[in-house]
Amino acid sequence: MSSVARFWRKIPQRYNLIGSRCTNCGRYFFPPRSFCPDCRRTGKIEEHKFLGTGEVVTFTVVRSASEQFQQMTPYVLAIVKLDEGPRLTAQVVCNPEEARIGMKVRPVFRRISADGESGVIHYGTKYVPVN
Amino acid sequence: MRDVAVIGIGCTTFGEKWETSFRDLFLEAGALALEDAQLSGERIDALYVGNMSAGRFVEQEHVGALIADYAGLASRHIPSTRVESACCSGSLAFRQAVIAVASGLEEIVVAAGVEKMTDVETSTSVDALAAAADREWEGFVGATFPGLYAMIATDYMHRYPLTREQLAKVAVKNHYNGARNPIAQFQQEITVDTVLRSSLVSDPLRLFDCSPITDGAAAVILAPLERAREFCDTPVRVLASTQASDTIALHDRRDISTLDASVVAGKRAFQMSGLALRDIDLVEVHDCFTIAEICAIEDLGFCRKGEAGKLTEEGVTALNGDLPVNTSGGLKACGHPVGATGIKQVCEVVLQLRGEAGRRQVEGAEVGMTHNVGGTGATVAVHILGV
Repeated sequence: MSSVARFWRKIPQRYNLIGSRCTNCGRYFFPPRSFCPDCRRTGKIEEHKFLGTGEVVTFTVVRSASEQFQQMTPYVLAIVKLDEGPRLTAQVVCNPEEARIGMKVRPVFRRISADGESGVIHYGTKYVPVN
Repeated sequence: MRDVAVIGIGCTTFGEKWETSFRDLFLEAGALALEDAQLSGERIDALYVGNMSAGRFVEQEHVGALIADYAGLASRHIPSTRVESACCSGSLAFRQAVIAVASGLEEIVVAAGVEKMTDVETSTSVDALAAAADREWEGFVGATFPGLYAMIATDYMHRYPLTREQLAKVAVKNHYNGARNPIAQFQQEITVDTVLRSSLVSDPLRLFDCSPITDGAAAVILAPLERAREFCDTPVRVLASTQASDTIALHDRRDISTLDASVVAGKRAFQMSGLALRDIDLVEVHDCFTIAEICAIEDLGFCRKGEAGKLTEEGVTALNGDLPVNTSGGLKACGHPVGATGIKQVCEVVLQLRGEAGRRQVEGAEVGMTHNVGGTGATVAVHILGV
């Protein structure tokens, strides 16, 4: 079981998709980076709130998972490319047969997992198809 | 820099070894390697051990000192270092040992790898392995290791003409080789049907596309080439030792289906050795999943992107093909005790180059390559060995 602080400090990113952007080159980062790999010391990083909409780049249907996720199987796991450019890994809440590459998706606030029966419940962002 | 040679190898059998503990696994492999080099343990100057997650698997850290101690070397106080880069830990331990000898700092160095994975439940080991990816942004949302490689497979099959049957043939080939390797976890041949009828783990990957959970250890002994014949008649020379890194998360890669770290480590290895693709007689690649072998063959440059499936189907990568891939059975059939895998790959190439590989011997093999991946490609190490 992990400490609460470890998840608490990531709340802005996981709940509200707060990432970052280098104002020197215009590149967006999610999860946020505090150092631009392109501009390095000349980079200037500031916070950026992502719209969260994007499209599925690739996906799978997870049928065998770790204990925390086993009860949710089968679930769709995807790499989503956000409209601003960066990609992230997330679950897509949809019928496994529905999932496809290029599918437009939007973020939703969801329960992600729980640390056993008495531990912290972790929330974050999942995705749903945009009709 | 001095030239370095492998003067001894040792490998335990791979499998679910309930009767053998973490430290006993290492000892068995180490003893076999010393015996092979006809060397006394007191001659060892330094030890490097590749291990991914003893902390999660057997609740033991500080394994460098532990294995030196149980190897009976505590009173000699030799430097003993654990090296970790997930499934690539073994190759990095090997590389550190090569660097130590090449630099002239050490003379006789042991590089070992060990992983004891079956002392925990499968779901716990799945979670421990997921730590090789980005815990906060992949594992946190439910990404498993098969899940990440499955996403590589989905992307690959969307872009290139790879059929489900061709993918299955990677496993069929590796089981064929494993059936000829006495240390392999699975020594049974399978058919394409076996793969296609096995349960889905993470679409499109099925159970028989995945390497198993394995206990095992392997060790090799290195010495300066100029002294190698003091210890053995058939020293195997290290012609290249390279390593490359990339983003920890799969989603941040330039290209989902190309492991850029493999491309770079491979190129650097050819550069370092002065050899060309056609000089490689056999290669042990990191087939943690069937799709990983397809990517590896291409990323190392043996064919163009999108062609490895066809190559596999045509038998080019089979034991009697032009480029035998994973003669040991690979991670798929020989087994994948994560920290030990890179060292086992070296052991297999050394056996082949010495002509001691028995029923899976590649005739006249003189140069072999190993390719070991950490995570989904965040670390890759490549070695070229030759006689």
